[in-house]
Amino acid sequence: MPSKLIQKYMREEHLPHIWCPGCSHGSFMRAVAVAVDRLGLDHDKVVFVSGIGCSSRSAGYMDFNTIHTTHGRAFAFATGIKMANPELEVILFTGDGDASAIGGNHLIHACRRNIGITTLVMNNNIYGMTGGQYSPTTPTGEFGTTAPYGNIDRDFDIAELAKAAGATFTARANTYDLNQATNLIQKAIEHKGFSLVDCLSICPSYYGRKNKKGDAVKMIQWQKEHTVSVQKAQNMTEEELQDKIVCGVLCDYDYPEYTEKYQQIIDRVRKD
Amino acid sequence: MKKELMIQAEWCKGCGICAAFCPKHVLEVKNEKVEAVRKEDCILCGQCELRCPDYAIWVEEVSE
Repeated sequence: MPSKLIQKYMREEHLPHIWCPGCSHGSFMRAVAVAVDRLGLDHDKVVFVSGIGCSSRSAGYMDFNTIHTTHGRAFAFATGIKMANPELEVILFTGDGDASAIGGNHLIHACRRNIGITTLVMNNNIYGMTGGQYSPTTPTGEFGTTAPYGNIDRDFDIAELAKAAGATFTARANTYDLNQATNLIQKAIEHKGFSLVDCLSICPSYYGRKNKKGDAVKMIQWQKEHTVSVQKAQNMTEEELQDKIVCGVLCDYDYPEYTEKYQQIIDRVRKD
Repeated sequence: MKKELMIQAEWCKGCGICAAFCPKHVLEVKNEKVEAVRKEDCILCGQCELRCPDYAIWVEEVSE
């Protein structure tokens, strides 16, 4: 029998999960369970929505109202759920490819509307499930099965993309500091409006192997050495920050949430 | 309440993350499964539980 946390929030009969040894999607999924537990959310008021890809298997493991949808369209389904019942806490699991390639258009419009959805991007820089094709977040020059001579595309910063498109809360978490990840996910759930956490996940099986990054432990140690907090980054020079990834809350401000604005329209029209 | 280190070996995939980050070097992976080879050194800090991607190791409160 697993820990009480896992028993309470996950579908034990579907575990162990299908993710490869050392894949950090499982660690982030646990962080979500801890965040939900800390917030004391009612099981029946939480909906997990996912798209397609390794990351999106999460919805099948979480013991809540869950829906595993089509590739890139988790945002559209989540928007529908939130519009139909704004009281629900809608949490969306997606990956770098699902969110920024196949679902890129849905992502930017969910951001633009500032609809109350919490998006957790399990960003492992590769399409793992289909065999290691390069994704929009594969760094320039790195390898994938479809980039055998190195990727010539510029990589997306999904948190920046979401912020530019209108998301009112964005953050970045990493696999080394999972306590920080849990806190950021908690803040993202608490935030009113569209929130997104770019979770730097590791894929030792494809991204790691293709780019000679070593095993899971080495990949986590790399993240430890190459991530800095927002606070620390403020006192660092551009040169010092060149090979660093900034983690923490990247953007957080208030703006009217979409379903509330929609309700105001309903109220106004009914009065007239 | 007493705390105890628990292992569910069937769920362990042998990635070695828990062993590498255990501050007291309590854990080792043998035949692709984690083992608490120096359990007496365990300080029940829960780093392994925090990091294990497969929920195969954790610290549990047990009645004495």
